[in-house]
Amino acid sequence: MALKASGANPKKFHKSQVKFYLFLLPFAVFMLLPILFIFNHAFKPLDELYAFPPRFFVYKPTFDNFTNLFELANASGIPMSRYVFNSLIVTFSVVFLSVVISTMAGYVLSKKNFKGKKAIFEINNAALMFVPIAVIIPRFLTVTILGIEDTFFAHILPLLAMPVGLFLLKQFIDQIPDSLIEAAIIDGASEFKIYLKIILPLIKPAIATAAILAFQLVWNNIETSILFTTSENMRTLAFFMNTLVANTNVVVGQGMAAVASLIMFVPNLILFIILQSMVMNTMSHSGLK
Amino acid sequence: MQKADHLGEAVVEIKTEPPMLQKHLQKAKRINKTPYLFLLPYLLLFLLFIIIPIVMAIYLSFTNFNTIERPEFIGFLNYLNLLTQDEIFMQYVLPNTVLFALIVGPGGYILAFLLAWSLAQLTRLPRMILALIFYSPSMTSGVAMAVVWTIIFSGNQAGYANSLLMRWGIITEPLIFLQDTRYILLIMIVVALWSSMGVGFLAMLAGVLNVDETLYEAGAIDGIKNRLQELIYITIPSMKPQMLFGAVMAIVNTFATGIIGVQLTGSNPTPNYAGQLIVNHIEDYGFIRFEMGYAAALSVVLLLIIYVFAHISKKLFSET
Repeated sequence: MALKASGANPKKFHKSQVKFYLFLLPFAVFMLLPILFIFNHAFKPLDELYAFPPRFFVYKPTFDNFTNLFELANASGIPMSRYVFNSLIVTFSVVFLSVVISTMAGYVLSKKNFKGKKAIFEINNAALMFVPIAVIIPRFLTVTILGIEDTFFAHILPLLAMPVGLFLLKQFIDQIPDSLIEAAIIDGASEFKIYLKIILPLIKPAIATAAILAFQLVWNNIETSILFTTSENMRTLAFFMNTLVANTNVVVGQGMAAVASLIMFVPNLILFIILQSMVMNTMSHSGLK
Repeated sequence: MQKADHLGEAVVEIKTEPPMLQKHLQKAKRINKTPYLFLLPYLLLFLLFIIIPIVMAIYLSFTNFNTIERPEFIGFLNYLNLLTQDEIFMQYVLPNTVLFALIVGPGGYILAFLLAWSLAQLTRLPRMILALIFYSPSMTSGVAMAVVWTIIFSGNQAGYANSLLMRWGIITEPLIFLQDTRYILLIMIVVALWSSMGVGFLAMLAGVLNVDETLYEAGAIDGIKNRLQELIYITIPSMKPQMLFGAVMAIVNTFATGIIGVQLTGSNPTPNYAGQLIVNHIEDYGFIRFEMGYAAALSVVLLLIIYVFAHISKKLFSET
């Protein structure tokens, strides 16, 4: 202990940590306030929403805003369940499929030798840096040419290839010893069996990270709804919530908007809490070169 | 259990082993062609929705294209116009983007590192809770951003910021924050910093925590006295990969968060172009004026800017 000068990753509280709390806590308050605000605002009755002077915390919580939101959604002709249904299908498909195709690609990019391997990985890393808006117009054209606009494919296919996800997974698979795979080949395991029985179980934490990234990307995505769909009943919850906030500037609108953002935020939060410890483990092993 | 099985199998198949082994090795060789099969789904989608669009964007940037008629090739005219004709770009968009990126990029990056490093000095449970708090703004979508911040900065005396400032006696009349050209960019910067603890932050946190402890012990023997020296001589050099990952993510996010200005002010273009960033400019030309060729040229310029910055940070953080 005497030798260990570092305070990183301590096991116990020590008074040298106080200065870090003094630095971190004000930031934590600044970061947390807007989030707390969403929670409080969503449960405020009408008179508290417009109270003067404004109140931060809710005094008499109510579910009025929630019922208003659902009623408005029903009145618009398309029940909210339809948007929820669309979002669930799209989100689960993208998360599941993007993890499958990225792990498969990551496996061969990491463990196999073949022509063009280096180039593919380099191009993928360069693609990491591309901002979606920069390619949104041609993407729109691609979707139109493929003739998949206004279908679930238009929501799902454009988001499946995730350069960040592939990068992360590939780096992680790099750490699986080659001997393990060779042994499996000698035992007569097929390539697919190796992928399924050896690779996948060993990179679970990396899969969790990739899943979180994919989830956040697709759950909050409104671009596919705006650009690649034309009929209202093909659009997602994120899109609906966004238009709701943009279009209802009436008095009750504010509470409903807060409810909308709460509904969009909570699934992210829950998923993150569940997978957080796994995430912390993954990122550390994915060295970047 | 597993081992016994293998052993048993081997004993039984002693006679057939050489041909079996050969067969498997043959199979393994044949399998060497399957990488392409495994790669196919990813590559196909990557090509279709990332590479081809990028190539198309580059082609469209040399054309005049209104989304209805066929693109008409015009050479470098879009780029020339961008440099010489687009006063709004030169007067507002470019300075805004540079200012925004210079503060939010390095600012968010340094903040993310400082927070990650400080968090690493705490015990496990408070670290987990604080990390969640710092990361949660990055999980909020555009909706939450618009709702929360427009309410906080709303332009009447019932707005939270106005109400506080008036109570403290700093101002006497409510400020119309979100429409006032003096404040829009500032507020955008605050909001962007608030939500800048993304994947890069998580990577750096894990990076700090995973620095080899023996390095610190060696450092202590070599005469490192305080945490600052430790940070400079041991921690940062040991986590270069994560620092680079964080830097690239910070650059990409900084240039991609253009949407917040529009979300906050409720209009594109933002009032008097005070909060107009390249991303908004692209949207304005591409989806409001339908001058896709010009928008594509702007996109290519943006791609180049990001690529240059990413390249510089790669140079900075790669092992020398």
